[in-house]
Parts: sequence; C-alpha cells; structure tokens
Amino acid sequence: MKISLTAILTAVTVSAATIAWADEFKPAVIYDMGGKFDESFNEGVYNGIKRFTEETGVEVMEFEVTNEAQRQQAMERMVQRGATVVLGVGFAQADAINAVSEANPDVNFSIIDVNWLDQPNLRQYAFKEQEGSYLVGIAAAMASETGTVGFVGGMDIPLIRAFACGYQQGVKSANADVAVLENMTGTTPAAWNDPAKGAELTQSQIDRGADVIYQAAGGTGVGVIQAAADAGKLAIGVDSNQNHMAPGNVLTSMLKRVDVAAYETMKDAMSGEFETGVRNLGIAEDGVSWALDEHNADLISDEMKAAIEAAADQIRSGEIVVHDYRSDSSCPTD
Amino acid sequence: MSTPIPPLPRWADLFLLPVINLMAALFICGLIVLAIGENPIEALGVMLKGAFVYSGGLGYTLYYTTNFVFTGLAVATAFHAMLFNIGGEGQAYLGGLGAALVAFAMGWAPSIIALPLAIAGAALLGACWGVIPGYLQARRGSHIVITTIMFNFIAASIMVWLLTGPMLEPGQQSPQSAPLPASSHLPAMHEIFAAIGIKISSTPFNASFLLALLALVLFWVLIWRTRLGYAIRAVGQNPEAAHYAGINVPRTIIITMAISGGFAGLLATNEILGVSDRIILNYTAGYGFTGIAVALMGRNHPIGIFLASLLFGALYQGGAELDFEFQSITREMVLLIQGMIILFSGALAYMFNPPLARLIARLTVSRRAAAHG
Repeated sequence: MKISLTAILTAVTVSAATIAWADEFKPAVIYDMGGKFDESFNEGVYNGIKRFTEETGVEVMEFEVTNEAQRQQAMERMVQRGATVVLGVGFAQADAINAVSEANPDVNFSIIDVNWLDQPNLRQYAFKEQEGSYLVGIAAAMASETGTVGFVGGMDIPLIRAFACGYQQGVKSANADVAVLENMTGTTPAAWNDPAKGAELTQSQIDRGADVIYQAAGGTGVGVIQAAADAGKLAIGVDSNQNHMAPGNVLTSMLKRVDVAAYETMKDAMSGEFETGVRNLGIAEDGVSWALDEHNADLISDEMKAAIEAAADQIRSGEIVVHDYRSDSSCPTD
Repeated sequence: MSTPIPPLPRWADLFLLPVINLMAALFICGLIVLAIGENPIEALGVMLKGAFVYSGGLGYTLYYTTNFVFTGLAVATAFHAMLFNIGGEGQAYLGGLGAALVAFAMGWAPSIIALPLAIAGAALLGACWGVIPGYLQARRGSHIVITTIMFNFIAASIMVWLLTGPMLEPGQQSPQSAPLPASSHLPAMHEIFAAIGIKISSTPFNASFLLALLALVLFWVLIWRTRLGYAIRAVGQNPEAAHYAGINVPRTIIITMAISGGFAGLLATNEILGVSDRIILNYTAGYGFTGIAVALMGRNHPIGIFLASLLFGALYQGGAELDFEFQSITREMVLLIQGMIILFSGALAYMFNPPLARLIARLTVSRRAAAHG
C-alpha cells in the first residue's frame, strides 16, 4: 500500500512536471515588414519555423509588423503572453530586441542578421555571405562565355557589398580575366522590391556583355532572373533555392540558411540548451552553401562542381579566407 | 425630377451620420470576418479590449491618436479655406527634419530651452513645406491638390538622400540618423507618471499628446474666435465675396497653408522627439494620408477630429491585437478593416445622408401633425 502510494505520488509529480514544462515552453517569432511570404528572407525563417512545428507539434506564436512602432510592441506583447523565446528577423529589429531583451532577462531572445548587440539572454546570428558568394562566383566565371559577369544588389548597404565582394573574389579566383559589372538597385528599402528596375539593370549589364548575373536584391531579384531568362542568359539566385524560378536559366543559388537559424533557435530553446552570444554561420557551419538540384543539373558541369567543392573544402579548412567587406569597408578586388 | 433632399439637422450631421457610417463599415467587416470563419463579435471584443483595456493598450491607442490629431488638424485647417491639402505626409516628414536639426544644434542647451525650440523647428519646417504649394495656388493658380501631392514626393526624396547620405549614422545598416541629444527628448507618459509615483505600462505614449490637446484648442480659437479664422472661412465659403469684403484672398491662402503645414509638422514631436529620438526613413508611415479621413469624419471640428483620431488610434492598436489573437486574421485583413472604415466615413461619408434626412424630416412632420391633431 505504501509503495503504491509512493508510486502514484511519483507519477503525479512527474506528470505535473511534464505538464508544467510543456506549458512553460512558448516560442514566438516576429516577421519584419516583408511579411512571412516574401519568397526570400522572411519566408526562409518561416520555413524553419514550419519544420520545427511539424517535427515537434509545438505551435509558434507569430506576428508580422506593419510599422516601426510595432516591432518593440510585438516583442513586448509576446513576452506578456508568456513567450519563453522570441525570435526577431532582420537587422531592422535590432534596436527593439536590444531594449526588450534588456527589460526581460528571464526570456530568451534570438535575432538574425545582427552581431553587434550585447545582452546576456540574446543569441545573434550572422552569416558569412561572402563565402557562399565566393562559391557562386566560381560557378559564374566558369559558366561565362563572354568573359563578363554581373552583380545586381538591392539596397546599397555594407551587407550587400559583402555579397558583391565575395562574388568578385570567387570570380577572380577562377579566372582573373573575367570582368565583373556591379549595380545596386537603390539606397532605400524600396530597392528590395523593385523587379522592374532589377530587370532594367540586368538588361543593361547584358548589353554590356555580361552573360551570368548574380542577384542579392530580395524581391527585386525576381526581375533579374526574369530578364536574364528572357535574354537567354544565366542568373544566380540568392537566400532561398531559386533554381526553380526559371529552370535552365538559373545557374545556381547562393543559399543563406536562415531556416537553419530559426529552426536551431526553437530547437535549442525547447531542449533548454539555449546558448547566447554571436553565431557566425559560414560554409563550415552549413550556414551558407550553393544549390544543386534537378533544375540546374545540366548547367553545372563536372568540372565546375569539382572546382566549387574544392573551394568549399579549402574555405572549411581555412586554406582560403574570403575577405569580408564589412570588416574594413573595402574589397581587395577593387 | 426627384424631390429635393431636406437639410439634415446639425446634431444628425455631426453625430448620427458618422455613427451610422461606422456601423455600416463594422457590419461589412463583420461579414468578411464571418466569411473567413471567425466570430465577428469575438473579433470586435478583442479589438476593443486590445485598444483600451489590456495593460499598455490604451497607451498605444493614444500614441497613434496623437499622430492623427496633428495630421487631422492640418487637413481641417486647409479645408476651412476649401483647400484640399494632400501634403500632410510630406509636411510631417519635413517637420521631423526641422525638429532633428534644431535638436542637434541645441544639444548643449538644457531641455527647457532645447525642447520648445525643437518643437518650433518641427512646426516651422512643416509650415515651409505647406507655404510653397500655398503660394503656387494663391499667386500662380497651380492646383493645391497636385502640388501638395508632388511635394510629398519631393519631401520623400530629400529625406532619402539625407538619411542614406549626410545624416546616416556611421556603421548603421538601416537608413536612420544618429540619436538626438537627450535634451530634446519629450518624456514618455510612463516616465511622467513614474515621477509622481504612479506606475503605468511602458508605451510610446508621450507628452506630445498634451501638445495635441493644446493644438485642438488653438485650432478652435483660431477658426471661430479670431479675425484670421473668419477670413479663412470666408475665403472657403466664397473667395469672390471675401475679396469684395476686403479680405486679401491670396494672402489668406498662403497663411492657411502655413498653419496647415505647421500642424502636420508637429507630428514629429510625437514620432521623433517622443518615441524614436532619431529620424527613421518613412517614419510618417501614412499618418498624413489618414489625416484626410480623420478630418472628413471629424467634420473639421476639434471635438470631431479628436474622436475620429481616437477611433483610428483604436483601429491601429486594436487591429494589431486582432493579428495577435487570430492566426487566420492576417495584417492584410486588418488593413482591409481599416480601409472599410475609411471608405464609409470618408469617401462615402454622405451616402446615408438623403435617406436619413428624409426619414428625419418625415418623423418631424408626423410628430408635428400628431401634435396638431
């Protein structure tokens, strides 16, 4: 009798603890202005969150901001609603997450594309975009028949210059004679969503002899891929795998695995092993890579594949160090 | 020929008609919410609770309200002179520049000096941005609607240039200026209340709300109790008659647009001096345009403008709360609900006027008949 009572008590205690734990873990994500279906950055995060929910069955509270003031408000509301981990998306949320994480030391926070904050309960993800861009730069140089390749950036900020700089280094490493044309769409956030201008810039680069064009321009990139495909040239996608957008005309895509960052944040927070600090995800960490699937298998020759894989190995081992534009605001190939 | 529409009594025009418009909009929204499979009554409850009840909700509502009061007053001032000022957005944007430039220049001064000057700077630059279209209308006959719209674009371009170039904070990825000196910070309401020992939730709601209330009073005095206000209304009613009566019409138009732009510029006291303490690209976020709906709905009267601002503030804040509460109600849905209300109370403001007027006229007649009978 006594034993069974203990057993029951233990069972009750254990199940109560499980329930309490299950109640306690409440994840939240704040998408930025682009919205979670932007076919690019936010959607990458959404895919990571979706994967987490499918695997664990845990619903993630979400919110899409529509104005500046809502960023901080949304984070505060999530905390008030009992969120135990809040994921912010994009550098525009940096100020907000800094303030809210400072005010709520018991809650875990994570943010993508930020590495300059310092809070004990904040994890920050930064990507080595230059490394992934280096790899697609090799592909571009080897695929080019005209000896000229192009780059179309979105908004002219250090982040996008880092893409361009890594790309240039990759191109030059494969063939120093290949010329790189470079254009930025604009200087405001509108530059992320201007496919018409993207197409125009692409057309002008093609007129100047470019036959492979890499874009790092958010929604503007759709126009770049379209224009390249219309002219029978090659484009290179970015962030998500965009090979399917114009099969046969997208050489490859530079993958920035924001989905991994989102998934990892939720997974770590759930298991209680949430380490804070800055995480720099490069090739070695599978944070950036290049896309090879049925849509571009015919475009990537064995020789190209071997060269890209070799470079990836060398970057992984530290033999090649791809210069980061953001470290000194300059690019060695300029 | 249809029978002439009897005039609507003043009380019905000021209160009954806006309420009916609001109800009609809410009814259509309710149907839409129902169509996507949510309970409209529950949704309305969440909106109201989100806007007024939960901790911090009211603060956010009043923070948005402050913006709408300023832009609503800007549009209403011009309306009294029958000028359609669509440029509130640009005037508010430039107002932010005025506030920031003064704040940076007065960084050495104590708040008691720096703050009033920064506020004046916001009003001044907003006014300048209103005066140019005003001048073009008054002296050159360029239509104010066209010029003010154009000036929104010019303002946006100037600010883009400044915020991505000369005023960009070094090392910053987003287009925004460096933080303003602390001396030009308008205290938040939770800071003010904390100072007298009352604890309220931390929200962007700040002292500029008091300035907005003051602006409402000043607006009333200006329009109905001063010689200038009389001139503005006279020009609005009939410019030829006003001219015949000795009012300098072009001069009145220019002054009206200066005051209008000044009100719009004061939006910066809330957004820049009160909340973000720096200029952020596109910080006006469409408040200038919503001001048109606020003025229309508020019938260009300070009390009406305040109530309409409160309504739109509640819609902004309560709408965000809907987005939180229901996964199926997305931000696009919230935008649709806000759009419905603007449509009914702005564009279709007088749709219910004829039937309502006939109904009231009939009721009055039958009551009189009953009294006689």
